[in-house]
Amino acid sequence: MVTYVFLAAAAVAVVFAVLTVVPRNPMTNVLSLVVMFFAMAAIFALLGMDFLAAIQIIVYSGAILVLFLFVIMLLNLRTVERFGSGRPFQALLGTLVAAMIGGLVLAVAAILVPERGGVIPGAAETGTALPIGRALVGSHLFVFEFISLLLVAAIVGAVYLTKRELR
Amino acid sequence: MNPAELVAIPYTWVLALSAVLFAIGTVGVLLRRNGIAIFLSLEIMLNSANLAFAAFAFRFAAGHSTAAAALNGQIFIFFVIAVAAAEAAVGLALFIALYRLKETIDVDRVNILRW
Repeated sequence: MVTYVFLAAAAVAVVFAVLTVVPRNPMTNVLSLVVMFFAMAAIFALLGMDFLAAIQIIVYSGAILVLFLFVIMLLNLRTVERFGSGRPFQALLGTLVAAMIGGLVLAVAAILVPERGGVIPGAAETGTALPIGRALVGSHLFVFEFISLLLVAAIVGAVYLTKRELR
Repeated sequence: MNPAELVAIPYTWVLALSAVLFAIGTVGVLLRRNGIAIFLSLEIMLNSANLAFAAFAFRFAAGHSTAAAALNGQIFIFFVIAVAAAEAAVGLALFIALYRLKETIDVDRVNILRW
């Protein structure tokens, strides 16, 4: 049963990842990415990572992609983008490089196949907000604070970059 | 969910899905010309990296008596999501500034640093 759910979620993720990359309308791209992120959240939930599944939907689908939608609507692009920019050699090379990178990870996965997939001992205890929150303000406190610094820097940078008198 | 059922998913499948998604994202970054579409492809690549973290957290949770490895993997995913949020904010601000300046976000037409 879990296997079928995983395969369905994986198929949805791959199909909508392709729909994020191929169509030329940016709106189609963003909305496909929303569906793909929901499939990713389903996979996280299947792996026993409840907290990350929630974060995936709230932060990624809810906040980041809304930012993308907002910018696309703000810019209101009229020009039709061409795919691959009419340089077939570079397009071929790019696809080959992507296939090689993907194939590399696939090969690693194939090498690792003999080991059995894991059972999570007490999956319910490691995937919820409680142990993750404890670890964030416990053993990972410095990184956690540094992330908040990074977010503040990003916000200040974004506000500065979009100031009208920037030249 | 019954933990015994979780054996049904080999973690290598998750890793394979991560590889496929990463390749799709790479194709998008290399072939798209719309800056926002390139950013969306980057988000796919970041997500595939998250999936690889999840796969290995899943794997190493089985090997350890404590679940610290699984927890570390999930905390890494959390930080990747936070960095992705910061990156999206700054990147989209850059594209808005670029659009004000050049009236385009086609990355091929923004080439004053190229030669």
